[in-house]
Amino acid sequence: MIVAVASGKGGTGKTTVAASLALVAAEKGPVQYLDCDVEEPNGHLLLHPAWEHRRAVTVPVPVIDRDKCNFCGRCAQICAFHALAVLPDEVLVFPELCHGCGGCQYFCPMKAITENKREIGCVETGQSGAIQFVHGCLQVGEAICTPLIGAVKEQAAPGTLTILDAPPGTSCPVIKTVTNAGFCILVTEPTPFGLHDLRLAVKMVKKLGIPCGIIINRSDGQDQLIVEFSRDMHIPVLFRLPEDRMVAEGYAGGMPAVTVRPAWKPLFQNLLDGLEAGKQCVS
Amino acid sequence: MQVAVCAQEGSPDAAVDPRFGRCQCLVLVNRENNYWESIANPGINSSGGAGIQTAQTLVDRRVEAVLVGRIGPKAMAVFQRAGIKVFGGITGTVRESIDLYHRGKLPLLDGANSIAHAGMGGGFKKA
Ligand code: SF4
Ligand code: SF4
Repeated sequence: MIVAVASGKGGTGKTTVAASLALVAAEKGPVQYLDCDVEEPNGHLLLHPAWEHRRAVTVPVPVIDRDKCNFCGRCAQICAFHALAVLPDEVLVFPELCHGCGGCQYFCPMKAITENKREIGCVETGQSGAIQFVHGCLQVGEAICTPLIGAVKEQAAPGTLTILDAPPGTSCPVIKTVTNAGFCILVTEPTPFGLHDLRLAVKMVKKLGIPCGIIINRSDGQDQLIVEFSRDMHIPVLFRLPEDRMVAEGYAGGMPAVTVRPAWKPLFQNLLDGLEAGKQCVS
Repeated sequence: MQVAVCAQEGSPDAAVDPRFGRCQCLVLVNRENNYWESIANPGINSSGGAGIQTAQTLVDRRVEAVLVGRIGPKAMAVFQRAGIKVFGGITGTVRESIDLYHRGKLPLLDGANSIAHAGMGGGFKKA
């Protein structure tokens, strides 16, 4: 089963929740942790994997054969990302804008376009106890990250519990991550800002048709905002984690929440049991 | 030969628009035959690469020069490779800027004077 851990914005404690879930699951059997936040991966800072493999990830980029090209301009017209400009005797390619869709190649009447490869980042895999750890690292300055997220997700092994740590926000990279998950955990804070971002995240997850539940992190006991919202939306609040300075300090020192507070483990274990039994899957 | 100016509306008396890829209109002026024409900027609503799209339009129109406020590196690269001169420092109206251009008062740009944009939106970033 694939379980995505997401949040409408960064800094809600999403990674410490995902890492804790992986650690608790690993006490019972093998589990995978896929860090899909390829722009700023940080799951490894909490789970400390021993790295085993590194693989470069490339995307196709068009190459124009000047001898075949008649500079008709068709490729630039159809490119939705404006990655091409056709001049009277030259075609300019802006690789950093190209999404590798292959459209230009398909429509070129002169068959003047072929494909080359451009490296956008890498996928690294390793082991942390019973946790198989995978993450993607996007090259600095690279704007296109969804193919790299796809490469990270390819590592998901069927039949194993796979935990996806999603990027923050609700844009393409998050959608790419969460799509196909069997369940999505939304981590939020009990503040008006938290609610605002949670609303967007719920909208996205519902649109994708993925069952979801909410974890309220850094709860100070005043959670009415989130509770009312979850009731209106018919989404379960899975559990709450209280505001805890030790946990915050642990995070800064590279320790997931359940390592600092082993007493919180049953919360995660219950959630895992529920997911396995299909109980949390409200649609 | 035609000269293109970034403008806020489609007329020679319109105020100039300092943005290139996101300018409202492009006014093309030909002083030799007193002809002018305005075209909507196709890049204004594009999600990325707006400057390239706008530059492509002007390359297709075979303009001899482009008068701008700010211009980014990608659009600049298109013009440089196409051999189209780009002048900065437009001010006032289209007419006034054209006048400054013909009197040689606008500086010829040899590179971008604005940083690259990531396009509109672009999603959330971590705090
Ligand atoms: S579509 Fe093909 S022939 Fe036309 S300009 Fe592009 S590369 Fe050249
Ligand atoms: S592959 Fe797609 S995105 Fe890249 S230049 Fe061609 S049409 Fe544009």
